[in-house]
Amino acid sequence: MLPDLSQTVFANATLGSAVVGGCLIGLAASWLFLSIGRIAGISGIAARALRERGQSMGWPLMFVLGLGLGGWLATLIAGGNTLENSVTATNSLQAVSQQIGSEHWPWLIAGGLLVGYGTRLGSGCTSGHGVCGIARLSRRSIVATCTFVGTGIAVATLIDGLGF
Amino acid sequence: MPKLAALLAGIVFGAGLVVSGMTDPIKVQAFLTLNSEWDVSLIFVMGSALITASAGYALCNSRSAPLFASAFHAPGATHIDRPLIAGALLFGTGWAFSGYCPGPAIVGAFTLDARALIFLAAYLCGVLLYELGNRPVNAGHQHQTTVDG
Repeated sequence: MLPDLSQTVFANATLGSAVVGGCLIGLAASWLFLSIGRIAGISGIAARALRERGQSMGWPLMFVLGLGLGGWLATLIAGGNTLENSVTATNSLQAVSQQIGSEHWPWLIAGGLLVGYGTRLGSGCTSGHGVCGIARLSRRSIVATCTFVGTGIAVATLIDGLGF
Repeated sequence: MPKLAALLAGIVFGAGLVVSGMTDPIKVQAFLTLNSEWDVSLIFVMGSALITASAGYALCNSRSAPLFASAFHAPGATHIDRPLIAGALLFGTGWAFSGYCPGPAIVGAFTLDARALIFLAAYLCGVLLYELGNRPVNAGHQHQTTVDG
């Protein structure tokens, strides 16, 4: 007897939306390369956007703005869950802290520092290495992706096992 | 035109991240955590993105130049070096801690998700730390770094 995969491996998965969303991501990466010949690596593009000082808005900043706009629109259309987790500009830090639970702050801050430094040092993130790099069959990207996915799984599983 | 093209790419990418559910750090951590609650979705997001992008890049192979620029800028580096591995180790650790990578964090910040705002503030500090530590000695020369994406 084969185990029922829908009850085991796929029990928590949202496969339909995962594939549709993934195709949109791949389509966007293809379009960026076809139109202006650039790799859709978000950490690299964000760093470029940050370096644009006082100049007219370049393509990296436009991409980052588009990213936010597209995400915001999709959340809006989906009737999204933004309200639940969102803050308004007038909300105090205390209110934010209560909303997300103060125990999560250190993880978010440490995570942010590590991801910021690590993606610059390693020349890419999930999009640049994981999607675009592997699609181009780049050896560096394949090694980087195996490394950060493997590390992510090991660390997250360890944290869970230790009961943090 | 190049700027509009980049804006459009960003919009579709951002929408894809939301549709796929990857802007929810809890869902990402549910993939990274191997327990009874394991959520395989992220593999399908990456897999379908990968297949679509492969097809797109293959389409570009027959062209000598992109539509709105003079040349393709594909990274040429092939050597596996220490910064690549060390960076991926640090990134993977931070990804597990927070459930965020750069794309979803930027989208989350625009939808005013408090978690994304906190993460992104720390992320920018991390980027700045790297830039400060790797500032070129000779300010007259443009610093060249390996950029994969």
